[in-house]
Amino acid sequence: MKKRTVGPILLHAGLIVGAAIVLMPLVWMVSASFMTAGEANSLPPRLLPRQPTLENYAALVTRLDMVRNFANSAIVTVLATVLSVLVNSLAGYAFAKLPLAGREKLFRTLASALVVPAQVGMLPLFLMMRELGLVNTYAGVIVPYMASIFGIFLIRQYALSVPDDLLDAARIDGAGEFRIFRMVALPIIKPILVTMAAFTFLSAWNDFMWPLIILSDSEMYTLPVALANLVGEHVQDTELMMAGSVVTIMPALVVFLIFQRTFVGGIMSGGVKE
Amino acid sequence: MRRRTRAAWLFLAPAILLIAVFFVIPVGAGLLLSLTDFDIYAIGSPGVARFVGLDNYLRLMRDGTFWTAVTNTQKFVLIGGPLSVAVSLGAALLLNAKLVRMRGFFRTVYFAPVVTTLVSVAIVWRYLYHPKYGLLNFLLGFVGIEPIDWLGDPNWAMPAIILLAVWKNFGYNMLIFVAGLQTIPENQYEAAAIDGAGTGQRFLHVTVPGLAPTFLFVSVTTMIGFFQLFAEPYVMTQGGPLGATRSLVLFMYEEGFRWWRMGMAAAVAGVLLVITLAGALIQMKLQKVRP
Repeated sequence: MKKRTVGPILLHAGLIVGAAIVLMPLVWMVSASFMTAGEANSLPPRLLPRQPTLENYAALVTRLDMVRNFANSAIVTVLATVLSVLVNSLAGYAFAKLPLAGREKLFRTLASALVVPAQVGMLPLFLMMRELGLVNTYAGVIVPYMASIFGIFLIRQYALSVPDDLLDAARIDGAGEFRIFRMVALPIIKPILVTMAAFTFLSAWNDFMWPLIILSDSEMYTLPVALANLVGEHVQDTELMMAGSVVTIMPALVVFLIFQRTFVGGIMSGGVKE
Repeated sequence: MRRRTRAAWLFLAPAILLIAVFFVIPVGAGLLLSLTDFDIYAIGSPGVARFVGLDNYLRLMRDGTFWTAVTNTQKFVLIGGPLSVAVSLGAALLLNAKLVRMRGFFRTVYFAPVVTTLVSVAIVWRYLYHPKYGLLNFLLGFVGIEPIDWLGDPNWAMPAIILLAVWKNFGYNMLIFVAGLQTIPENQYEAAAIDGAGTGQRFLHVTVPGLAPTFLFVSVTTMIGFFQLFAEPYVMTQGGPLGATRSLVLFMYEEGFRWWRMGMAAAVAGVLLVITLAGALIQMKLQKVRP
């Protein structure tokens, strides 16, 4: 009898300690962002602000013009998400349902390219963007997200389940292929498109290396690049940097909490990588 | 039929074109670039760049900074990778225990770091690691550990980055492990229990073999991913102290975009590609060995 109660208590104690460790950095970040200047660097370290203040957030807006960076991030992320869903759903559907000589071979070739890390192509991609005049533009940032081999792969797997009878019935009714895609296939594959959109949103919002390379002007920086740039000059302003981190992380966390089931389901069903 | 084939090409065209122009060609061009002495002078007029064969690769082999970057990255991959997988597995086993209450809550909390912005949390951890005011040293003080200069000491900087990476990433593999655990049929555990197997034996004889394929997949993909270490050292240490956290990709970035030695940087990218392909090959081989 005793053993039965000790086990669950230990188990939950472990889970709670784990949760505390995981949350500690995030809780401290939020807390420190409301502290007055210098308070986060006191001994012993303070866990809660003595007098919560919004001055750090105000400084982000007035002194650092972070609204601009927030807008850049939002524009880039939304554009990348919408365009990638459009481009990849068309391709994924075609790979699953439209007749094409050598379709499987083309698909396998694409799939094998999945192992190549994106960094390998970044140097020539930058030179290419330079030739095209796309350095320091939104278009330059989003171009690499637009077509995703993995996204096409995911959508294809899902679109295979669209019944051919349904498509053929629409063809007999005289509908064009694009109309069939939009009216018949899209409603059926919608769940996987939501999954893809959610993951694309997060990776575009959080991405750092490519925006860092392609954006040269602080006016154009996305939030992560702006933040990384600020650490250099404002490393002493702990509270200010924490406010900036909160502003950068929050949209990602909110999207995650809204689409939680989508994320968890997407990964657990074997498949979405970041 | 012909109409449908035409539609197929139209539907595929945007994706194929984008992938070809912005991925396949750059990767191919990168390999060519690594055979040239493309540098800051060539950026204005690319005609200046000359073909130098494998010179860049040979120079890398003699470059101490490159080898330090390789060693650092290896350390990160070989210590951080297994550690991260172990934490993921531990968390998954805890979460999957039958008696757990509020499973969804704990799962969400453990997964949350995965969706956070790496640059932001790297900055947060930079302050947590502060030798004097950081929360971490403060907490360690309670168990009698002297303050550690986490990011200032060459011996501690890489472990510090590994800790952050484990915290940030373990939730992702945890979910994959939970999914793997759920594919093990309950009756296997029951049969083992009837045969008199204790908790430990059931774990060893039912859980371990049942989870082996997941374990293999997770280990290899994690290690391949860890080779791409970049943002953490960029934000937290700029590769220091004394180059102790300069990773392969950070080295590539510095060569390419700080010193504009694009040919050299492309050779580093080539090395990264070879390592990644080797990893993928090992994975494929191992998966075939499996019954």
